[in-house]
Amino acid sequence: MSTPLLSVRNLQKYFPTSRNVGFKKQKLQVKAVDGISFDLMKGETFGLVGESGCGKTTAGRTILKLIEPTAGEIIFEGQDITKLRPGLMTPLRSQMQIIFQDPFSALNPRQTVGKIISAPFEIQKVTPAGGVRNEVSALMERVGLNPEHYNRYPHEFSGGQRQRIGIARAIALKPKLIVADEPVSALDVSIQAQVINLIDDLQKADGISIVFIAHNLSVVQHISDRVAVMYLGKIMELAKTEDLFTAPHHPYTTALLSAVPQPDPRGERNRERIILKGDLPSPINPPAGCVFNTRCWKVQEVCRSKTPELLTVGKSQVACHFPE
Amino acid sequence: MKNLLEINDLKVTFPTNDGFVNAVDGVSLTVAPGETVAIVGESGSGKTVTSLSVIGLHNPKVTQISGSIMVKDKDESLDIVSAPLDKIRGYRGRVVSMIFQDPMSSLHPYYKIGSQLAEAYLVHHPGKKEAANKKAIEMLELVGISEPQMRAREYPHQFSGGMRQRVMIAMALMNDPALLIADEPTTALDVTVQAQILQLLKDLQKKSNMGILLITHDLGVVAQVADRVSVMYAGRMVEQGDVDDIFYSPHAPYTLGLLKSVPKMGAKNSERLKAIPGQPPSLINLPKACAFAPRCEYTSLAPAGSCESVRPDLIGVTESHKSRCHVPEEKRDKLFAAEIKGARA
Repeated sequence: MSTPLLSVRNLQKYFPTSRNVGFKKQKLQVKAVDGISFDLMKGETFGLVGESGCGKTTAGRTILKLIEPTAGEIIFEGQDITKLRPGLMTPLRSQMQIIFQDPFSALNPRQTVGKIISAPFEIQKVTPAGGVRNEVSALMERVGLNPEHYNRYPHEFSGGQRQRIGIARAIALKPKLIVADEPVSALDVSIQAQVINLIDDLQKADGISIVFIAHNLSVVQHISDRVAVMYLGKIMELAKTEDLFTAPHHPYTTALLSAVPQPDPRGERNRERIILKGDLPSPINPPAGCVFNTRCWKVQEVCRSKTPELLTVGKSQVACHFPE
Repeated sequence: MKNLLEINDLKVTFPTNDGFVNAVDGVSLTVAPGETVAIVGESGSGKTVTSLSVIGLHNPKVTQISGSIMVKDKDESLDIVSAPLDKIRGYRGRVVSMIFQDPMSSLHPYYKIGSQLAEAYLVHHPGKKEAANKKAIEMLELVGISEPQMRAREYPHQFSGGMRQRVMIAMALMNDPALLIADEPTTALDVTVQAQILQLLKDLQKKSNMGILLITHDLGVVAQVADRVSVMYAGRMVEQGDVDDIFYSPHAPYTLGLLKSVPKMGAKNSERLKAIPGQPPSLINLPKACAFAPRCEYTSLAPAGSCESVRPDLIGVTESHKSRCHVPEEKRDKLFAAEIKGARA
């Protein structure tokens, strides 16, 4: 197997928080990401799924060092970037980019589209062959925008078009890694398909590695080569997309897959659904042992005391004492 | 009147600085007892405006509204469009109730859950405070909140998103309405919680035989709970029929396009998604043409020029299944059926 582009080892991100107890402040920690490890190969799309609050966005931002990790290692192209100072990160930034979820707040409303897309060149002090203006026009054309709209402002574009602007900005410096954080969840179904196809095409053409973060399982299945399912800051199951969706081993994955309604009324009528009880526990005080034990229907005594490790079961990696 | 709700040729127009916005343009639909009718459409298609009109939440000073919305209450019925406000207030919450999309902003942060629920009852039963409190706790228990006595004394911030949506459902059901309007009831929730809430709505419907008008953009949710479906595009209803008609033999190009553009779980992921090209049109001064024509790939099959100049009518495929398209039906029939089969395989 080839060497991975990115290796994440035991990554943790705790956010400090506090609670008033009488007159005293009690210091607490939100364990947003609690020890995740995975490798990202060249040209691969790695899906990161989970419900809100599972730590998938924090994981994505920590990988890019947009926020400092609490512990663990991030190795990018063989170089440990975990402890790298911001100044030393800057040259690496052209290799790693992000596409944000909300196309309405990710673009500066007072800058023209041309200015927004040329920002990466300015920051990295790179002048592409043929000049910045030409390159930006070419980028706009590539993502399906009209280059004549160079001098327009973000408010003149629809949600789908704004997301295209964000994508053009992300691919401007020909990065090797893109973290796409819920890039289509704010878009309507018919527009969503356009943007997914665009990301797919760009990746195939340029061989970019993508960490694709989303809560929509159908979208993740469509675009990813491998998928990791997260719950309360931990990876529950990691497998090839096909294996994960056809033969899930972790009870949480099974429940998650069964909860997604499919656009197929006849299938829906005969479908057996596992409905999980209750809500996600607080990441400030996660359950002891397996974090899923409060909602799991297969829970045993050992689940409440011993944290399961991510081990190989069949072709997948699963963190469960009683995998299926 | 047999149905709980009969909307007939509803038109809602808002004047804006740029011109008139035809948010809803000639919508007709019915909801019978025990039935779930879904309105599907993308943002700006007019589905929420339709639902707000049904409980009279449009501002009469600025909105131009025509057509009729007949709501049945036992032996009498009321036209929400023309009725005076105090009459509508007597219906709101008691006969027709609504669950809003965002449970985070639909509850008052300063009041206890119990008193917010009781208020919904007191509006229609003035002075009966004790009965209201009792009913509040009863409803909390019904929607699956444990220790309702204690939880009723808590504030909204102490509840999770799924719990708050349960509270919203409890509040909507305080007066045992015959018709429930659910506007994107699960959009703000995670899938596992969404499954809980949809199951809850189904169970409650079985118990009380209420009619549900479900507004959503999620075709999966529609497939799971709806009996009949109306598909909206640019303020107009483009297709209407039983859930199986809509999903297995769509007759409007827009419905077909929507169904084809959703990635399916279980499908091979190497295939490209079949996106609908272009954008939805602006609703300001829509031209007299099929609103979907600029994005439609079947205009060449229609009589020349018709798609660009004439608005198609809603014509019956069968008695219960209607669609709006200029392409002759015999051409659509086989072609669309084959396409939808191909997309599912």
